[in-house]
Amino acid sequence: MATYPWAAGYVDDGDRPKIVTARFEHEDSYTITRYHATEGYAGLKAALTRTPGEVHDEVRGATVLGRGGAGFPAGTKWGLMPPEKYPRYLVVNGDESEPGTYKDRLLMERDPHQLIEGCLIAAYAAGLSQVFLYIRGEMPLAHERVATALNEAYAAGYVGKNILGTDFSVDIILHWGAGAYVVGEETALIESLEGKRGEPRLKPPYFPAAIGLYGQPTIVNNVETLSNLPWLLRNGVAAYTAIGTETSPGTRMVAVSGHVARPGVFEIVNGTTTFRDLLFGDEFCQGIRDGNSLKAFVPGGGSAPWFTPEQLDVPFEGRVAGAAGSMLGSGAVMVMDDTTDIPTAALTLTRFYAHESCGQCTPCREGGTWLMRVLERVVEGQGTRADLDQLLEIGESICPGKFPHAANSALGLEATPFPYKMTTICFVGPSAYAPVHSALTHFRDEFEARVADTPARRQIPVTAVH
Amino acid sequence: MSRLNEANTILAKEIIARYPKARSATIPLLHLSQQQNGYVTEEAMAHVAELVGATPAEVQGTATFYEMFKFRPVGKYLVNICGTMSCQLMGSEALLHHAEEVLGVKPGGTTADGMFTLEHAECQAACTEAPNMQVNYRHCHRMTNEAFDQLIADLREGKRDADIPAHGTLARIRQQIPAEKAVGPVSPDDPARPVWTPAPEVK
Repeated sequence: MATYPWAAGYVDDGDRPKIVTARFEHEDSYTITRYHATEGYAGLKAALTRTPGEVHDEVRGATVLGRGGAGFPAGTKWGLMPPEKYPRYLVVNGDESEPGTYKDRLLMERDPHQLIEGCLIAAYAAGLSQVFLYIRGEMPLAHERVATALNEAYAAGYVGKNILGTDFSVDIILHWGAGAYVVGEETALIESLEGKRGEPRLKPPYFPAAIGLYGQPTIVNNVETLSNLPWLLRNGVAAYTAIGTETSPGTRMVAVSGHVARPGVFEIVNGTTTFRDLLFGDEFCQGIRDGNSLKAFVPGGGSAPWFTPEQLDVPFEGRVAGAAGSMLGSGAVMVMDDTTDIPTAALTLTRFYAHESCGQCTPCREGGTWLMRVLERVVEGQGTRADLDQLLEIGESICPGKFPHAANSALGLEATPFPYKMTTICFVGPSAYAPVHSALTHFRDEFEARVADTPARRQIPVTAVH
Repeated sequence: MSRLNEANTILAKEIIARYPKARSATIPLLHLSQQQNGYVTEEAMAHVAELVGATPAEVQGTATFYEMFKFRPVGKYLVNICGTMSCQLMGSEALLHHAEEVLGVKPGGTTADGMFTLEHAECQAACTEAPNMQVNYRHCHRMTNEAFDQLIADLREGKRDADIPAHGTLARIRQQIPAEKAVGPVSPDDPARPVWTPAPEVK
């Protein structure tokens, strides 16, 4: 078992295959010297001995699932670009900011060359003429590590003109964000990269693969997704798909935070690892802190509907998690023990999404704000029973119809599968509702205990929210 | 002087030259202006607009969307305490209250000596290391009240100058693209197939 002071949070325990975190044990893992000593750029060299089509087929054949949230296979995504339309761009999504998510920052700080190599493999395979590596503004160490690595990689002939003496030429441009959660959404990321406010675009027609950066076909891939490619090219499809399951091959990075005995970032085997393994396994989180019991957990980032102990045997398999009423999202598990005040926890998340609404869509801008305000009143003990129904009513204006939730046998509830319908352009509005809906579905008694049964509830002033 | 100075204007032009469209450099240039002045001034936004070929209003519209840009002076150190779920579950509210007491300001406020601005921040991607905070966006993990007091004392005494630069400076290392290696920006108006990509087979 090991943890490393230079990779805070990363836990290297148990005997599992490592695809993206293998170098974390080295303090100098971010240097080109260490990268060269550990098979660095061998994946790129392997790719360049094949045709772009062959490399694309390998990525498609390995079913490398997107690790940013939606879980869409990268090879399939690349294939969605209209044939013979150029130029095409690659935008790397390093804007990690989904509540609970902590993995892309580690990958950028600890192994920037692996990410650069992944970008090069993608650009080669999919005919992408320029790469923009968009890093979240609040991650200056990641900027410095990636900038240094890019400078080294240019000097060594891995990036730029005539890479390794071939006719493959591509620039990778390091780009800075400036603090806006919604920019993690791929069309907002593109708007931001065009120098505009980060407001998501309507899909259709603005599917990035068809109409992306500057109106051209654009691939937006997550940092972890691209970081998988060097290993895949070195070891081949069979080795990659030998790990995990057919529909969820390989590994994935998962951050488990909150009330566990040992919070941490783990590279787990995809598809087969269950939440029970992760929360209670000796090589993972080793149970709930202080011998407390598990009350609920958020399985896939703040946007995800909550699970309770009943769902502990759900594996990291998107379809199973979806059928169970939530999603795996960005590999972020937040754990609440039995001391947790559920209405306050829900308010914390709802406040985040209300705050991060870009303001474009009324149901999100107004709905998120009112969800937050009404919930605040309830948490303060100033709400009424009518407020609880009001919360659901506001939610339905953002997500009409049945909202996904997990089964709850004590309450006689069956699961409503993911996904939801929405009246907004992107998922920020629904994400403001998800914690409210989950908390009210599974723990309504805690809200009812909180409401004051007085008709004179506190008035909420109608003022602008900043 | 709150337009970009001569050296930064040269740097700004280098950055712009990497993008197919100049306006894409808006956010990096706003960061550059904030690094120079500590915050983003109207004159700087007008200068950025000139440089990227946008109107001052367009640049202001972009700038005001993003939380990292400040439009009035802030402290030398921006102290951001995360309040999102993982940190909240692990006691971030108590840490924030402690910070308020120690610094004598509420979130949004700046200490009278201009050293510290306190902010209640959202998820900082360090969720396993809760409660987390940042000083000028440098992470401080698993904070306690005692660690906070020590950090503030060290900052006052200049003991963290090596790893925490003054507000406005983000990365101290910049990407450098050697001219002889640069491919240069690929214009969206250039429909040529990349040379390494084979033509589709004629069926």
